[in-house]
Amino acid sequence: MLDKKQLKKEQIMQSALELFASKGFYSTTIPDIALSLKMSVGNMYNYFKSKDVLAREIIQYISAYLGGKLRKINEEDISTKEKTRKIIEVYFKTASLKPEMIDYFLRIYLSNREVFKDGCEGMLCVNEFVTEIMIYFEEGVKCGDLREQDFFSAFGLFMGYLGGMVFLKGENVLPKDLNNYVDDIAFNIYKALSAE
Amino acid sequence: MKKKMRVLWLSAIACNGNTHSFLNYPYIEQFLDDFEFIYHPVIDSHYTLEDIVSKKIPCDVLLIEGAISKEFKRVDVSVVDIIEKYSKIVQKIVTVGTCATFGGIFRESGYEETSGMHFDQDKPSQKFQDLIDKTISVSGCPVHPEVLVNTLYAIKKEAILKLDNFLRPKEFYAYTIHNGCTRNEYFEYKVDNHRFGELEGCMFYDHGCQAPFTHGSCNKVLWNEVNSKTRAGLSCMGCTEPTFPKQNLFSTKKNMAIPENLPVGVGKRVYLTLAGISKAFKIDRLEKKLFDD
Ligand code: SF4
Ligand code: SF4
Repeated sequence: MLDKKQLKKEQIMQSALELFASKGFYSTTIPDIALSLKMSVGNMYNYFKSKDVLAREIIQYISAYLGGKLRKINEEDISTKEKTRKIIEVYFKTASLKPEMIDYFLRIYLSNREVFKDGCEGMLCVNEFVTEIMIYFEEGVKCGDLREQDFFSAFGLFMGYLGGMVFLKGENVLPKDLNNYVDDIAFNIYKALSAE
Repeated sequence: MKKKMRVLWLSAIACNGNTHSFLNYPYIEQFLDDFEFIYHPVIDSHYTLEDIVSKKIPCDVLLIEGAISKEFKRVDVSVVDIIEKYSKIVQKIVTVGTCATFGGIFRESGYEETSGMHFDQDKPSQKFQDLIDKTISVSGCPVHPEVLVNTLYAIKKEAILKLDNFLRPKEFYAYTIHNGCTRNEYFEYKVDNHRFGELEGCMFYDHGCQAPFTHGSCNKVLWNEVNSKTRAGLSCMGCTEPTFPKQNLFSTKKNMAIPENLPVGVGKRVYLTLAGISKAFKIDRLEKKLFDD
């Protein structure tokens, strides 16, 4: 069970995410977030010492959220092909149900590296998510389904593709709902990564 | 005169590497004060191999070197028959080296059903079942002379040796070779950038070091009292394990950048999480040469 403080922290992170998505990261202030939760600014600082600290915890929170979902898929006794599809489904589902999460990842975390340079070096703050992607790749190669290659060339292909689709969706460029693309994208990604 | 323990050193299908390794034991004279070889391939003994095979010479410990096959004979007698004869009279049997223990390199010899005494690689063998309680394995290619000698002294002093699942004394095989390597810092911070023979870098990530999943004391009880492979700059080849020998010993088998074999007992998630953390940082001291000009 989450303790009360952790629960409150998650509420704050959720509100911050929504505000960042609507107002933009830089123009959202700690007082704005406090106001949206009807909290005093002073009390807010009991939970997060600064906006940068909040920003870092949010990315860890998202990474843990997605990492947890991927871990379940990795632990299922299914083929790499099925796993590929399920990972894409989970990613798109999160993008539809919690667009602010993926938005934060793509538009804030990846585009404002200076905010994350202390404390989120390398993949530190997205470790849980990246670890599961690594395990998916590693197990895929080990059982002969996926082709051995450099991790980043595979990672870039997978995540770049998904990120690009969510980005297009966010820009209202996609004519159809993200779910309608799952079949084709799963086919393309698997074909690109597969050992055949 | 004090009573010496009588030892028979029997070579089966072997290169005699363990024989030679044993000769590097630095206190061999003292050892020979306490033990007597009724037969040894290169050390003088009272009896010839013909005597050993044709008679039953009193003996306390049987040492077997080399892989075992019924087909393989010494002085026209199958080694299996020689082992069976002496195993009845000795207190203990010691399989010396990886071939006698698991089959090792000579498992690949052309003889029929060649394996170690109680194991065919990691699988228990059906042969010599009744002798399991008498056997101690000291694997290695070759065995570390101190591991062999100290095991013999333990037998002589009737000290109780706790054994692992492959009958190896835990005293020497409960550790991994990684334990005590002078490159541990490089392992911790994931710095490989190694060139064979140089002092810097850990060889686990690219250069095939198997030490984190190989059991033994090479970095605790040094070779020739001086050094170990990994300290000197050569990757551990896993010579004490049932999987020895493998191929491509100088490169790390990876699946999409993740080593296929991880440190013993460390789960993939734990390993990747820790590796991800240390990978995020660059430690200048470890990137540089130790002795900078
Ligand atoms: S070189 Fe081998 S033994 Fe030494 S620290 Fe690296 S993995 Fe361990
Ligand atoms: S370092 Fe490894 S390969 Fe070398 S002797 Fe020790 S166990 Fe065998």
